[in-house]
Amino acid sequence: MVMAERKYTTTHEWVELEDGKVRFGITTYAQEQLGDVVFVELPSDGETVSRGETMGTIESVKAVSDLYAPVSGTVVESNGELEASPELVNQDPYGKGWLVVVDPSDAGELEGLMDEASYATFVAEEKEKEH
Amino acid sequence: MNHPYFPQGDQDLREMMEIVGVSSLEDLFRTIPESIRLKSLLNVPRALPEQRLVAHLDDLSQRNCLGEASKRFLGGGAYSHYIPSIIDTVLLRAEFYTSYTPYQPEISQGGLQALFEFQTMIAGLTGMDVANASLYDGATALVEAVMMAGRVIKKKKTVLVSRTMHPQYRQVLTTYLQNMDLVVKEIPFQGSGSVDLAALAGMVDEDVFAIAVQTPNYLGVIENLKEIQNLLGDRKIFKIAVTSETLSLALLEPPGHFGFDVACGEAQSFGIPLSYGGPYLGFFATRQEYLRQLPGRICGETRDSEGKRGFVLTLSTREQHIRREKATSNICTNHALCALAATVYLELYGRKGLRQLAEVNTIRAHHLRSRLEGIDGISFPLAGPIFNECVIGLPDGKHEELQKRGYTIGPALGDDYPEFKDHYLMAVTEMNEPESLSELVDAARSLS
Amino acid sequence: MKTDFKTPEPLIFERSRSGKEGIHVVESGVESPGISNLLPADLLRSKPIRELPEVSEVEVVRHFTRLSRLNHAVDLGFYPLGSCTMKYNPKVNEWAARLPGFALAHPHQPDIAVQGTLKLMENLESLLKEITGFAGMTLQPAAGAHGELTGVMMIRKAHEDRGNPRKTILIPDSAHGTNPASAVFAGYEVKELKSNERGTVDMDQLRQHLNEDVAALMLTVPNTLGVFEDEIMTIAALLHEKGAYLYCDGANFNAFMGIARPGDMGVDVMHLNLHKTFSTPHGGGGPGAGPVGVSTPLVDYLPVPRVVRTGEQQYRLSCDFPKSVGRVRSFFGNVGMLIRAYTYICALGKEGIKGVSERAVLNANYLRARLKDVFNLKYDSPTLHEVVFDDTSYASRNVKNMDIAKRLLDFGIHPPTVSFPLIVHGALMIEPTETEDREELDAFIAAMKQIAKEIEMDPEFVRQAPYTTPVRRLDEVAAARNPILRWCPDPEEKP
Repeated sequence: MVMAERKYTTTHEWVELEDGKVRFGITTYAQEQLGDVVFVELPSDGETVSRGETMGTIESVKAVSDLYAPVSGTVVESNGELEASPELVNQDPYGKGWLVVVDPSDAGELEGLMDEASYATFVAEEKEKEH
Repeated sequence: MNHPYFPQGDQDLREMMEIVGVSSLEDLFRTIPESIRLKSLLNVPRALPEQRLVAHLDDLSQRNCLGEASKRFLGGGAYSHYIPSIIDTVLLRAEFYTSYTPYQPEISQGGLQALFEFQTMIAGLTGMDVANASLYDGATALVEAVMMAGRVIKKKKTVLVSRTMHPQYRQVLTTYLQNMDLVVKEIPFQGSGSVDLAALAGMVDEDVFAIAVQTPNYLGVIENLKEIQNLLGDRKIFKIAVTSETLSLALLEPPGHFGFDVACGEAQSFGIPLSYGGPYLGFFATRQEYLRQLPGRICGETRDSEGKRGFVLTLSTREQHIRREKATSNICTNHALCALAATVYLELYGRKGLRQLAEVNTIRAHHLRSRLEGIDGISFPLAGPIFNECVIGLPDGKHEELQKRGYTIGPALGDDYPEFKDHYLMAVTEMNEPESLSELVDAARSLS
Repeated sequence: MKTDFKTPEPLIFERSRSGKEGIHVVESGVESPGISNLLPADLLRSKPIRELPEVSEVEVVRHFTRLSRLNHAVDLGFYPLGSCTMKYNPKVNEWAARLPGFALAHPHQPDIAVQGTLKLMENLESLLKEITGFAGMTLQPAAGAHGELTGVMMIRKAHEDRGNPRKTILIPDSAHGTNPASAVFAGYEVKELKSNERGTVDMDQLRQHLNEDVAALMLTVPNTLGVFEDEIMTIAALLHEKGAYLYCDGANFNAFMGIARPGDMGVDVMHLNLHKTFSTPHGGGGPGAGPVGVSTPLVDYLPVPRVVRTGEQQYRLSCDFPKSVGRVRSFFGNVGMLIRAYTYICALGKEGIKGVSERAVLNANYLRARLKDVFNLKYDSPTLHEVVFDDTSYASRNVKNMDIAKRLLDFGIHPPTVSFPLIVHGALMIEPTETEDREELDAFIAAMKQIAKEIEMDPEFVRQAPYTTPVRRLDEVAAARNPILRWCPDPEEKP
């Protein structure tokens, strides 16, 4: 299956398909909510993950967010740069701040995710709820 | 009713009530259903003016008959050590004891720096990389250590705890673990009083995720951490060493030098009054790799916006107020003021003084034991090495007779160790002066 | 050495010099073959502990005296921290706890030797039972959070006794983080209940989630917004009907002590914070004490040991309670803090206890009346001893509650609580307590109004605060990214 663009989850992760593998991270909204990221805990290579279950954490000074796997599969690689430079998640969440690459076990899982426009609406609604 | 603790003047009370819009103080509580509001004052005594309050407390305290300090040989997890007067000088500074938890670090640098120094010295004493800013006591420190082990080594269920671990610590662990799917197995001890290594070897299986031993143990015997380390090899088992007489750390090679993962326990010996059991001072130290699993408050160094060095509570996302149900522990307070007392104590005694003090303790304990050994009817069943505490057999009313003559030795061991009926712990510290030791020996001799 | 704030106080280790002595240790005074003949060499430390300094008594005194001056404290000024109850710490309490008869008592002394302490404990239990209306009380827990866990464990044991521990504990979203943490520690799952628009428990939500799997509901009364849960009797009845228990977090007891009693409201378990309501000092973070009161059905499950009376004026400690949850800490309790609380209750007496809440609630409502046009009040329900404003009226200036907090430091006032309740974004939770007079409150109001003006005129100025404290705003991000948690003798060997 070909995914032309980035997709998003309701837990504020972004997902991109490349060469049959899924790369993901957290969105701009998510890193803004968290504040300055100080530590990231990511799964090890080869670990199995299930969609919707926690597979790591992102810590800032004032909050800890669970990382939910957007798809099920096997972890190919976690972003090693983040150990020394967790701030990459804030500075470049869609680029250098990527989190994990997973080899998906069920490509169909990607179907349910939001596209750019739907996610933008979703974020607007979340911001409304806060005030 | 007016009271010294209520600073409002009469006119201000009236004006404030007007501004708030109530005609009586009772109006302020209109949101509390009438049916549950008290119709009369509580059935407690009337206020005591300070003069009478002081007399009352004094009277209560005088009903305690503790005996002479030099003739008390009590151990079992709390130790009578000399508390230098400078400790109260510092503790009674209002800026320390009436200050709040340092969540606003800019106005808490005094308390924070003291905690940073405390963490440093505890790490040094235990031979570990990092320490937290204290826990409630030794028992809860053990619980926190086992919980931490379970976070590091997941999916296994068994923890091995030595039978020579403080019985109360083991009971507290049982209380906490009863709601979790974990199993505690007791490691027996052998003839000399230390952990039975052969038995331990047989207990180590695939389901064990942690082992906890106390050293010096509850029977006063110093465990051989090196042998335990060798026995466990590079098995993935979390090694916890508990100490309840922390003065021993000044003299003995610490757990950190034997590859232990956590060194924790009770630091009451460092300038904390006995006070019938509390408040005391739990301590907790570990290796750098487990940093983010540390329970409790931690103080860290940083810079301010002008580049000046300062201190803050850090890694707080592990704690309950942020992580909530996913917190590493539910602990909120630490025992900061007790940690401050220990910090002053350790800095005052220092590198040389603390070692000297430890030596005096062990010299006097060995001396007393050697002079009592050989007195008919008195026994020392354990041959293992001791620091300042040992097991003494005092059967046939000898303990009561000595008590009558003013010598308090204890606690008794029979309830927790049936094989040691008529045996007691006997601790000797710098507070037991040489004359008292001689007099005790004479008294003991006269009993047989 | 200068004592202004410009020069940071060195770490004591930086002052360590060989040959300095802090205290003379007594000599052993007995014959001995020497340490190396008493203990095997491989047990003894071979190297000195470099993390312990060598300094003189004079330096230690100066070090801590100077450090103390960097701290703010209740004895210096106002601390309106919501839900912390930073009231005055009476000095006679310190004297009482230090009486030699109390301070020198070893926990293993025979019962006969400590009748004074045991009697004081029994007196304190009775007083607390009368004040709270509970049938039983334990003085063991070392802190509020410890008390909470003890309370939830008792609830669990009671359920287990009836054959089913149940699975869930309901907790409102306004609760303090220790509540869910304690529930999980006791083996329960947490189900969060959303508060209604008044900030109190949504009764529909409660009814919806209340089933036979629910072990208890944990409420804070009044809640963290300072609003009394006026439906509490109904809530208790609903829970009891389903065989569940009502847990009350007693952090806010200063709001209604002497006015009403949780035991009369159907509450089954409540922990008290002696370092809040009962004036024991915060000590920079502890120690405190968290006694727990229980209703009749739960008395059997109280922890051990307990003080029992064996005759007229005779007491002993007993562990002979087969249904007890067990021990929750070593020895009996934070006795030093219990003595302080007892002294306080005796000093207040029956009228004083009521006076505490009356004046605490008046003070809080006075602040509310005078600040409600300056800061936003999200919930307009009547409040008791605390009030929660927020920073939303200043959102357009990009100034947050944390900035307001930091600017308050320049006025010599400790900021209100800013980190919770989570249901109020940008919260400023203010609790003055009863031990503040009108001048102090007016000074606080003036400071807050001044800051509000500054936010309008020069928001950046507020964002860069504080200016006059011993250090400026500290980089907490760097502290968390690169934790430095101790001094190292060899900087190159930093762990």
